[in-house]
Amino acid sequence: MEFLVNQLFNGVSYGALLFLLAGGLSLIFGMMRIVNMTHGSYYLLGGYVALSVMWRGGPYVLAVVVGALAIALIGIVEWNAFLRRLSGQELGQVLTTMGFALIFQDLALVVWGGDPYTIRIPAMISGSVTAGPFTFPVYRMFIVAVAAFIAVVLWLVLERTRIGAMMRATVDDPEMARGVGINVYLISMGVFSLGAALAALAGVVAGGFVGVYPGADFEILPYAFVVVIVGGMGSLKGALVGSLMVGLLDNFGKALFPELSYFTLFAPMAAILAVRPTGLFGRA
Amino acid sequence: MARPGPLARLWAPGLALALLLVAPPFLSSFFLTLLTQAVIYAILAMSLDLVLGYTGLSSLGHAAYLGLGAYSVGILTTRHGAGFWTTLAVGVLLAVAVAAVFGLVALRATGVYFLMITLALGMVAWGLAHRWVSLTQGDNGISSVPRPAGLPFSLAGAVPYYYFALGAFVLAYLVLRTVVGSPFGRTLVGIRESESRMRTLGYHVWLHKYVGFVIAGGIGGFAGVFWAYYNGFVSPTDLELATSVETLLMVALGGRGTLVGPALGAGLIVILKNLVSVYTQRWLLILGAVYIGTIVYAPEGVVGAVRQWTTSSKGDGT
Repeated sequence: MEFLVNQLFNGVSYGALLFLLAGGLSLIFGMMRIVNMTHGSYYLLGGYVALSVMWRGGPYVLAVVVGALAIALIGIVEWNAFLRRLSGQELGQVLTTMGFALIFQDLALVVWGGDPYTIRIPAMISGSVTAGPFTFPVYRMFIVAVAAFIAVVLWLVLERTRIGAMMRATVDDPEMARGVGINVYLISMGVFSLGAALAALAGVVAGGFVGVYPGADFEILPYAFVVVIVGGMGSLKGALVGSLMVGLLDNFGKALFPELSYFTLFAPMAAILAVRPTGLFGRA
Repeated sequence: MARPGPLARLWAPGLALALLLVAPPFLSSFFLTLLTQAVIYAILAMSLDLVLGYTGLSSLGHAAYLGLGAYSVGILTTRHGAGFWTTLAVGVLLAVAVAAVFGLVALRATGVYFLMITLALGMVAWGLAHRWVSLTQGDNGISSVPRPAGLPFSLAGAVPYYYFALGAFVLAYLVLRTVVGSPFGRTLVGIRESESRMRTLGYHVWLHKYVGFVIAGGIGGFAGVFWAYYNGFVSPTDLELATSVETLLMVALGGRGTLVGPALGAGLIVILKNLVSVYTQRWLLILGAVYIGTIVYAPEGVVGAVRQWTTSSKGDGT
């Protein structure tokens, strides 16, 4: 019982982290069909930038904001200078973004070195809560809260505002959206930078419990992809369900079948895709 | 424009093969090792070209087949003392079998979806290599894989093994050349250009793609067998995502849909990676720039650029 509850809690909180990472990626996929191998780098760089802010005495909140903004800026530049011209060319996108991922990986190594770091979290959200026989780290509850908050805000923006309607229109049919006077260029750029900023936010948050270290970018990237493809590209609901599934499968897989843990994660994903190639909530 | 005769079309690959045959005495052992590595990777890149260049599907999991071939060798030689032919048969058949299963899943989709599904499938293979420690020894990998045994000649030295790998490369090239030149291969190109048109003409589109995908997987496994014997070491890096992407780069850099191009691309990347890392620690930076530069400056690859240049200089004034 204790095992079950603990694993459940860990799975959900890891899923929450994945949602932060993959929610933006899913919107980017859905809207621009861009295969972005740099998304893991945004996650890593976000953590590193936040770390640097805190080393200079900045408070946690400032570190989060600076990290997210800096990475959003990188995303805008990368998208404007390269990715925008490659729409519809998957191979070109994969190779270009992979090139950026390698460059960022190496630059991060030059700037921050090869040692792993942990981002110090404020006292307010550290420690743990005990409820009967169970102990829950406050920080992981904080992650779940942040993800839930972001999910609600994104949902409200997408479903209840004019700009959200424009975004949905762009996902459904960019050409028609352009035809009715929507500035697809600005909307796309906005979504791309939002996705990058959310990935950076995930990186900062993850820095508090798994740390920031070289290689984290390529370690997390497949997870983000799997969430997006299982949930369905461009679907917020899909990203949410996908994140929770991946988080839980990953945790239970690692705990119950350590030798087959990645198999238990990726094989069910492949099975879902075999039945629904566009993902659970995706539209072709 | 008249098609160039067989002699005119064969002189470039023939010259390349002649150079590869006479090269060893002129090369230091370092460059010979690199060249061996290059011809083995060339097999992998050419096999991916069948899927990417001729069928027009970007696969992000092709390293899985290299890994299957390599792990077949690693496990069978170190645990069971298997000979070369056994490992070759198991490696290729295993890759074919896995490609036959993966193909069923992946070919339900096209475009970005195909790419994503092959990525997930590639991760399944990688995950097993990474975590199934009792079989694969996990991240430590399988070391001290011996050179091929059970053959009438010794392959202990670097030069004999180079010729051995070169022979495998030529064989793979001839097989793939035959495949792409056959009516089957022409149909694949037709599917790449317009799937709906081929379907209207009565071709079984899915079956063609599927068979092409499985052949590519089998030849990928073939490459993996030679890779494991060459390296003497098998590890999850052989089938990680970065290896799959690097193989894509080799095909794109050389020129999709040309077979010779991907082989050339494999050679360029292998040599670049190893040479640059001798001179600078920042080779990832340079490799990253090569990825971006390929797409920006040579989207059709080296062979594509050369073709464009030769046809435009001949065709002036018409």
